[in-house]
Amino acid sequence: MLRDITLGQFYPTESCIHRLDPRVKLGGTMLYIISLFCFKNAAGYLLAALFLALVVRLSKVPFRFMVKGMKSILFLLLITVGFNLFLTPGTPLVSLWKLQITREGIILAATMAVRLSLLIIGSSVMTLTTTPNHLTDGMEKMLRPLKIFRLPVHEVAMMMSIALRFIPILLEETDRIMKAQIARGADFESGNLFKRAKAMVPLLVPLFISAFRRANDLAMAMEARCYRGGEGRTKMKPLLYTRADYLAYGVLVFYMVFSITAGRNTFYVLPWK
Amino acid sequence: MAILLDHVNYIYNEDTPMAAHVLKDICLEIPDGQFVGVIGHTGSGKSTLMQHFNGLLRATSGHIYYNGEDIYKDDYDMKKLRSKVGLVFQYPEHQLFEIDVFSDVCFGPRNLGLDKRETELRAYDALRRVGLEDELFYQSPFDLSGGQKRRVAIAGVLAMKPDVLILDEPTAGLDPKGRDEILQQVKKLQTETGMTILLVSHSMEDVAEYVDRILVMNRGSVLFDDTPRNVFAHYRELEEVGLAAPQVTYILNELRNNGLDVDTSAITTKEAADEIMKLF
Ligand SMILES: Nc1ncnc2c1ncn2[C@@H]1O[C@H](COP(=O)(O)OP(=O)(O)OP(=O)(O)O)[C@@H](O)[C@H]1O
Ligand SMILES: [Mg+2]
Repeated sequence: MLRDITLGQFYPTESCIHRLDPRVKLGGTMLYIISLFCFKNAAGYLLAALFLALVVRLSKVPFRFMVKGMKSILFLLLITVGFNLFLTPGTPLVSLWKLQITREGIILAATMAVRLSLLIIGSSVMTLTTTPNHLTDGMEKMLRPLKIFRLPVHEVAMMMSIALRFIPILLEETDRIMKAQIARGADFESGNLFKRAKAMVPLLVPLFISAFRRANDLAMAMEARCYRGGEGRTKMKPLLYTRADYLAYGVLVFYMVFSITAGRNTFYVLPWK
Repeated sequence: MAILLDHVNYIYNEDTPMAAHVLKDICLEIPDGQFVGVIGHTGSGKSTLMQHFNGLLRATSGHIYYNGEDIYKDDYDMKKLRSKVGLVFQYPEHQLFEIDVFSDVCFGPRNLGLDKRETELRAYDALRRVGLEDELFYQSPFDLSGGQKRRVAIAGVLAMKPDVLILDEPTAGLDPKGRDEILQQVKKLQTETGMTILLVSHSMEDVAEYVDRILVMNRGSVLFDDTPRNVFAHYRELEEVGLAAPQVTYILNELRNNGLDVDTSAITTKEAADEIMKLF
């Protein structure tokens, strides 16, 4: 019932993208997103799409898993496209009552839709090919320089990985409690808003109790293993760059230079600029 | 009138790389009033199978008939089915939520739309049946011991007066005394009301003593389906799938191998003791 949330869910398989260091993937995603906002012409977007298609292909994650993430932002996408389509001033093409669709509006809406879709799919590639623990590891390492500003980088990363680790556990727990209450005749689906909110009580109370119990157990277990924060702590599997990672950085730099030069070339400039 | 499973298959996370074929072509008939024990190694699909009986999980393929009616028919009343087939989950104490024991047990019958008087009568009756002391009725369920919570949770399902009661490892994590008490109450319930009972358990001793029939699950299929006596005769095969027969089976077999003329089919301690006494 509650298991259909993909944005931020790992897809287990073997591929060269899965094996990359999480720092490469984090940095790469960031650069990719930046590149999307630099383009001034269609060629740039075309290159970006091709590059993404290549990465998706290499990751061996079926395309429909990427698109699943899109569903959750479809609404946002529609609003953005809608606003841009109707509210951009310029040369009118079609007039509907008080709204008018302009040439500029169509172009702007299309760019927005393409940009947002690429952005979402691009970041889905990262989360689908990296386990949450790997991601937080990478983030911790990348943010380490912030320590000189007295930011508790390790602690924040630890909290994040615990939170991420607990999402599937709590989902499973929710599923279990929900089933147990349905077996006792509870009804979570029908009735008005007030009735439904009330029906959540038999679900939420046991869920909170179990979350607190788990948190308590975890804290106790960490303490029993002498955990006391990041000071002087080493890792069993430290993140190390391999040849593939350097190669990936190379490819990224190449992509950035190439796509941005092409994407900002005035020869292909979008009509309204 | 019975429960009938016809070639039931179930796959978790179908169409994803995490897909797991957990139930494989299960065919079963469970007549009214029978006390059935379900045993199997961890992960053999016992809990998954149990959730099919009241429609919480829908079989990937196959059919289930309750009293002759296909429960996957479009207009089948699932809510009614769930009131007739009561399911007590593994670690049911995690589902308690009300401010006191009595209101928690009232949750089930209230959901059936019964009036206050009938609801309370049923809750009271159910709590008495599971042997909970009266002075605990108005305590917070969270202040009870593990075994007491377990009883409250069982009462919560009993109060719906189901015709079929499914208990998923009701004795897991209880001490021997608590375990025996719960099992005896379940047995008493079955003889008094004629309810059909399915009891999932890891302990052979538990099931050997009380049930009429044993289902042995192994990796999603039914390996044996027979009376306890006949099932435990296969104690070597049971060991191969990570299970064991009751200890008395081993003792009697050992005695027999050493030349004593004992009948090895005894399954309870009492029967075994009688068997050995016959030698003198
Ligand atoms: N919600 C779920 N999603 C995916 N797989 C599941 C889910 N629940 C159970 N499984 C898998 O199905 C298999 C059977 O699980 P099930 O809970 O039915 O076993 P069981 O016989 O009840 O085991 P136990 O004796 O430990 O309770 C296991 O391999 C388990 O990993
Ligand atoms: Mg189980």
